Amino acid sequence: MKVRVDAEKCQGHNRCYALAPELFDVDDYGQAVVIGDGTVTPDLEEKARLAVANCPEYAISIDDEARERG
Amino acid sequence: MSEHTDAAPTSIYGPVTDWATDIDHADPSYNPRAPEIWAELREQGCPIAHTDRYHGMWAPITAELVREVAYDTEHFTSRGVVVSTATIDAQAPIGGAPPITSDPPFHQLARRLLLPPFAPKKIEPWEPEIRLLCKQRLDDLGDITAGETVVDAAAQYAAHIPVNVIARMLGFPIEDDDLFRQFVHNTLEGVNREPEVRAASFRQLDAYIDAQIEDHRADRRDDLTTYLMEVELGGQKLSHEHVRGSIVLLLLAGIDTTWSAIGSAIWHLADHPDDRHRLVADHELLPTAIEELLRAYAPVTMARMVATDHDFHGCPMKTDEWVLLPFPAANRDPELFDRADEVVIDRLENRHAAFGLGIHRCLGSNLARLELTVAVDEFLQRFPEFELADPDAVRWSVGQIRGPRQLPIRIL
Repeated sequence: MKVRVDAEKCQGHNRCYALAPELFDVDDYGQAVVIGDGTVTPDLEEKARLAVANCPEYAISIDDEARERG
Repeated sequence: MSEHTDAAPTSIYGPVTDWATDIDHADPSYNPRAPEIWAELREQGCPIAHTDRYHGMWAPITAELVREVAYDTEHFTSRGVVVSTATIDAQAPIGGAPPITSDPPFHQLARRLLLPPFAPKKIEPWEPEIRLLCKQRLDDLGDITAGETVVDAAAQYAAHIPVNVIARMLGFPIEDDDLFRQFVHNTLEGVNREPEVRAASFRQLDAYIDAQIEDHRADRRDDLTTYLMEVELGGQKLSHEHVRGSIVLLLLAGIDTTWSAIGSAIWHLADHPDDRHRLVADHELLPTAIEELLRAYAPVTMARMVATDHDFHGCPMKTDEWVLLPFPAANRDPELFDRADEVVIDRLENRHAAFGLGIHRCLGSNLARLELTVAVDEFLQRFPEFELADPDAVRWSVGQIRGPRQLPIRIL
């Protein structure tokens, strides 16, 4: 599982960074960026889902492809 | 504070009798019962209310429609964001208070200048100072006798926190805080005053800020005013109108908005002892609870103006008509939220829009959230038990910013 931030949609609400600082960081403009390549370890899956569910701009998505293929 | 007691007893247009066909957010009966009004409109199957007041105003109330207007900068302009009868004469693209009054493409340039000082990592270090300020305001309430003492949690506590913080950030004299609240009051609650009275207060505000800019010119220091005076856009310093307009925005936008959010949170907790007890017992719950209080009591309704004649979901919108953007109504849309009209203090999935949507997301949201969180936290730590002294004595604001202005709380 990987998280992604759509930079076009993100407006810097900062919800993901507050909910899951292990997965998201913010830049100098307050825009969200994923940490590393966005890989979500199993213990952080719930936090990743919460970040998706709380983003006012629907800017965060979860890429489950790797898992589905696996 | 006498300047806060002169709200017109009615809108300039008189009382509202039908909210679907004659909505007026500046009717004094709107803010006290706004959630009921939105629920009634939904029951009537009216997703977009209208009025001929203000030379025509529309008010979409569903989450989907509010989102659509917020995202559509082609058909809706931010030239005017506070509904009034006055003509908006500030010049595009800057507008009266950039970047909130600017449209693309200029908007993004003006906004990028102000994003860094309000980014999370620049705001987080303010926490100790905000905490100290809250503790001082609580100390200043004087001797408390449990079960007897009544304090006004809005006027004596909430109203003082954001104004002090932004004055420090701008490098303005803290002792002018009464004046700042007066400017806010005229701009946001004074929409029913005679245009000349309102214009005079805007001139006073401009003159005050001009004097502060002059003071900073003589004595540059590490604050937002100096930053705005020195920062460059496309290789050039900002025009005086741009600097002043941005200071107007920074000074006014964060004051009664955050004060309203703090007041509404305390009002809710006074009246819902179960939620209060849970928060006192479980400090970890605070960030989640704050988001839910922001959802349910979002203080800010923005506005747009129709940029070009067009049909919006069957509504014939004409250029220069107003469109209210009631994010607080969107936050109570049952299509988006289960138990939308209830405060669910541990709500984990909460896609609320208290800080707006799209390119004009509240620039100060990180600061506002921090102030709200710390103010509620400190209040609860000092006073874990309290109640409304007299529910009928609670007085709500008038206009686009919704929150209690008088909030008598009995400390238990």
